[in-house]
Amino acid sequence: MPADKVDSLPPRQESARRLERHSLARRVGLFLLYSREASIAIAAVLLIIYFWSTAPGFLSISNVGNLAEYAATTAIIAAGEVMVIICAEVDLSAGMVYALAPFVMYFAHQAGVPFVPAILLALIAAALVGMINGFITVVLQIPSFITTLGTLFMINGFTLTISNGYPVQPKGTPLVTNIFGGNAISQILWAIGVTVLLQFMLVKTRWGLHTIATGGNPLGAAEVGVKIGRIKMGNFILCSVLGGLAGVLDAFRISSIDPLAGGTDIMFMAIASSVIGGTLLTGGSGTIIGAFLGAAVLGILKNGFTLSGVSAFTFDLILGAAILITMVINVRLSQLRAAGGKDE
Amino acid sequence: MSEEVLRTEHVSKSFGRVTALRDASIQLGKGEVLGLLGDNGAGKSTLMKILTGFHKADSGKLYFQGKEIELRSVSHARALGIEPVYQDLALINELSVYRNMFLQREIMYGGVLRILNDGAMRERARDQLNQMGVNIPSVNVEISKLSGGQRQAIAVARSVYANAKVLLLDEPTAAMGVRESAIILNLIRRLKEKGEVSIIIVAHNYAHIFDVCDRVNLLQNGEITFDRRTRETSVEELMNLVLHELRRAKGDIRQS
Repeated sequence: MPADKVDSLPPRQESARRLERHSLARRVGLFLLYSREASIAIAAVLLIIYFWSTAPGFLSISNVGNLAEYAATTAIIAAGEVMVIICAEVDLSAGMVYALAPFVMYFAHQAGVPFVPAILLALIAAALVGMINGFITVVLQIPSFITTLGTLFMINGFTLTISNGYPVQPKGTPLVTNIFGGNAISQILWAIGVTVLLQFMLVKTRWGLHTIATGGNPLGAAEVGVKIGRIKMGNFILCSVLGGLAGVLDAFRISSIDPLAGGTDIMFMAIASSVIGGTLLTGGSGTIIGAFLGAAVLGILKNGFTLSGVSAFTFDLILGAAILITMVINVRLSQLRAAGGKDE
Repeated sequence: MSEEVLRTEHVSKSFGRVTALRDASIQLGKGEVLGLLGDNGAGKSTLMKILTGFHKADSGKLYFQGKEIELRSVSHARALGIEPVYQDLALINELSVYRNMFLQREIMYGGVLRILNDGAMRERARDQLNQMGVNIPSVNVEISKLSGGQRQAIAVARSVYANAKVLLLDEPTAAMGVRESAIILNLIRRLKEKGEVSIIIVAHNYAHIFDVCDRVNLLQNGEITFDRRTRETSVEELMNLVLHELRRAKGDIRQS
């Protein structure tokens, strides 16, 4: 068969033209298939309708506030986790940084530092943890699962030591308290701000592009000249800082800093949010908006079940099932997406 | 021959007691396509790795555009315009065609955030691929949606766009069907017509080499044993050489 003819008739171009002529229904179907955020958004809407009709007071202002506060901090940590997970790494220590950072802020404030610089100090401490995670993973070549498992325990021990295991109360001025998560609206704004900024960073900046390249094909990216070590390091720092920020915000919201707060619980919720939102643990692919929606879905589930009188035990059962089901769907969908280009 | 781009003189390389390359001298003219044939272990990849700056030759000289050079590293070779296209292609499956073509050479709006100018990259990628006759549905599709031939073509196009003067293609049609190979062979023909890039192709497939190469070199046991224009030789002649070598090798075994 003559080669020229073959080259001028790529079958895929044909199918691309056909794609443009699809009916509306088919297009909606394709949108759901190709947009990872769409399916989780629909799940969130369905859950809201369900609890609104079954649980009285679900959409009351005070309850929506509760729900939002719960989901917001998870969403902030999840945003950082997504960046790390796209690099094909994971940060298990973020929940412990969540507990550590407010203590750094509290002690700095006790020592006479005003609140805003004290918060900055807390975030710098968090960044330091991220640097340690990055250094051990990138330079010493320890898998990040092990690295951050180690720092998880170390930070927990450190926080318990400096706090003597007792909670403390930060006494911020009303202004500081209100800006830094003292009410539901400020919490939501922080979560939305972080989500929008990081999503933009992921899809529209060089950092995001190189993050995807680092996780997608580390060898190939390095051959082209992408500095994958620096990208991983940066994302570990980012994730840690967001863990610290979430901790500070919750400290002002609850107006108590508990050394046992957050921890593995909030870390697993953040990773679950990322995964439910459509980020693949294998790296190279993820969405911050998806993680935000994932955190919302988890928040709605937890809150709705509480209102409906379902016990915490049942909640964990459902959460686990939700993670497994969404992962199975995710994997199937990405296989479908991959096959979509090859339907000759 | 036209203006010379790359030449090696008596290049040798040993790994321990194994001599991988002995006294190899090759030359490559501007716009020329050179085929490098040889069995596994004949020294093809050693020679290629010396040309990419990955290995250092034990002895011998290397000339690039008439000047003697010493390649310090892969990135040094690349900066000079010697671009290898590896079998793993260094493409990121999760990224679109145009973002792959501009990876590490992104067009940006600048600023602290380094925001990507997707519009400009898309347009230039489209132009470049059109010029090179590479057919894909759109520059927006993810690499994972493309066939092996198309991926290879994108990798080659990326190197050409990076201002490559010498392309080193390592088994560009390996494990490809007729249709896929045709994409690559057509692309090489196009580049040859333009005459700006010189190409060395390492391949096992004699038919492909004779199809697109101006000249063919045969490597046997680390030595260049054959160097002729493809017009002046034939697949049969080369086959006979290789078979003769095989028979000799078998004879050696019987004698010992």
